[in-house]
Amino acid sequence: MAAWLLSLPATLAFVLMLLLPTLAAIVFAFTDYELGAASLHWIGLDNFAELFADRRFVQSVRNTVVYVGLVTPASIFGGLGLALLIEAGTRARVFFRAVFFLPVVSLVVAMASAWQYLLHPTIGPLNAMLRLIGVTGPEWLSSSATVLLSLSAIGIWENLGFNMVLFLAGLTAIPRELYAAAEVDGADAALDRFRLVTWPLLGPTTLFVLTITMIRALTRSFDLVAVLTQGGPNKASEVLLFTLYQECFTFFRLGYAAAIALVFLVIVVTLMTLQTRFLDKRVHYG
Amino acid sequence: MITLRLNTIEKRFGTTNVLRGVSLDVAHGEFVVLVGPSGCGKSTLLRIIAGIDQPESGTVQIGGRDVTHARPAQRDVAMVFQSYALYPHLTVAENIAVPLAMQRLNGWQRLPVLGGVLPGTKQTRARTAQDVRLAADSLGLLGLLDRKPGQLSGGQRQRVALARAIVRHPTAFLMDEPLSNLDASLRAQARREIVEIHRRTGAATVYVTHDQSEALTMADRVAVMQSGEILQCAPPETIYNDPVDLRVATFIGSPCINTMPAEADGQGMVRVAGLATGLNSTARGALTLAVRPEKLMLGSTGLPAIVEGVEFLGESLLLHARHTHTGAALVARITPEQRPGLPSDGHVHLDFRAADALLFDAAGHRVRALTPAEAPAFV
Repeated sequence: MAAWLLSLPATLAFVLMLLLPTLAAIVFAFTDYELGAASLHWIGLDNFAELFADRRFVQSVRNTVVYVGLVTPASIFGGLGLALLIEAGTRARVFFRAVFFLPVVSLVVAMASAWQYLLHPTIGPLNAMLRLIGVTGPEWLSSSATVLLSLSAIGIWENLGFNMVLFLAGLTAIPRELYAAAEVDGADAALDRFRLVTWPLLGPTTLFVLTITMIRALTRSFDLVAVLTQGGPNKASEVLLFTLYQECFTFFRLGYAAAIALVFLVIVVTLMTLQTRFLDKRVHYG
Repeated sequence: MITLRLNTIEKRFGTTNVLRGVSLDVAHGEFVVLVGPSGCGKSTLLRIIAGIDQPESGTVQIGGRDVTHARPAQRDVAMVFQSYALYPHLTVAENIAVPLAMQRLNGWQRLPVLGGVLPGTKQTRARTAQDVRLAADSLGLLGLLDRKPGQLSGGQRQRVALARAIVRHPTAFLMDEPLSNLDASLRAQARREIVEIHRRTGAATVYVTHDQSEALTMADRVAVMQSGEILQCAPPETIYNDPVDLRVATFIGSPCINTMPAEADGQGMVRVAGLATGLNSTARGALTLAVRPEKLMLGSTGLPAIVEGVEFLGESLLLHARHTHTGAALVARITPEQRPGLPSDGHVHLDFRAADALLFDAAGHRVRALTPAEAPAFV
């Protein structure tokens, strides 16, 4: 009895804030409910049928996959590289740590405006520099050929510092004696020691970074798209969460948006399960 | 034949002199133990021999080659670390195989899948596996080859670290307090095991410890280190019975050697608190007289002392007393049979043979006594 009483606040918060809304979203996904509508009808799988026939949704899924597929590996390996460089360096370590971590603590909206200026086709410094060497830069954010790449680059930049800090923490946890042992055992080249000691011992860190980066890439892509491109041009930068947001709060199709949310949920849960199932055993050395 | 030669090694960390001109020769097949209190520089010296740390000045020669600036991999030494430093993601067999794989395979051949199809890899891996089994067998690890270090006990991990060291038959073994993480019962067994391995392989061994009983039981020669210097390097019996420095005398031996202020008069006659001893010193003036606890005898003459306590150790007793005149703490090892004979008022006399007394000058250097008589010091 006391046990239930003690866990009541947490239980209540979980039920009210997480469980009920999730269940409500699942229920809505099978209805035609629209925000403000007086009634709703049970329409079974109609929402999902419409979803998979919807070119906008398919495009949105594809963009999301490309975005996450670019941002995750690039920011993980980039972050690892930065962490290794800073760890190996002797001077200005605090400075570099701070500089690369800055994007993490800044507001996405503010940073996005800065990027908008940097990438502006005519007044932006990037294209100005390209012009200096005689190259006409593309319209980074307003051409459907480059918009997703540009957003991914910003996403990488944004995640790099976060991953770097996580890897730095992981690196300090590696016992120094292992490196000494590796050297005595004949791991002469830095690459040998990286393969023998650093990479395997960073395993748990890397798994955590992988999980967190994918989630961050999936969710924070919304902020960038909402501020910079609104999914355009011509749906070339539509991502799942933005589509969901528009269906729900612009078109008020709550049932349809709930179906998207459900698909999103299934994707995230599947990814996380796969990661923990297959990788967890391989990075924690009992 | 000299396997390892250290010549005036100096090492500083910041402004601290960790090693001040350390020189040491280790012969082929010799087992040398570096012993000293923590912070005396013994581990640093070992890391310099291994090539993990670089000395400020001085040279390191291994097998006749100057390796002062050589990478650890090129020195052909194996090291056992205090924490064992096993690779946690590799099995026991893979751990033991690491030094061989590094030696025999190139970077491509060591790749997990691709490496296997490259020419020569298969044969080398088979040969390595054979060597690993041999090393593992000699340490009773055959049944554990597929385990990860995390699934092993402390003693087993320590043996894996040893196997990883012996598998490639190095010129020299370096051991950095390899037994300090084991419990007491395992330690005695592991001690014999290491000595046995050393006897079998015949490689020069430098062994670092702060435990003097390890030093005395295992070493061919003991090098006592303190504040970055080797005070004395000699066989265990010499270190114990014939120390050249007061610091060696007080560091080695448990309980600690008894010391008391003494004085040599114009003729060299040594007196303790005015009491003449049968000792004649080559030096004059203030001295320190030191006697091992087991050399102190209960008698009717000698140093007057008051008993402060008796510790029972089983085969012997430790009598803690205080010298009446100088207030120096004295410890005597006596037999259990002597206990009933102790006076009830606690006033005893502690005597010793003149030959058993060690004299040190004010700087702590050993002073030879001229007439080490067999007779009791006080008559």
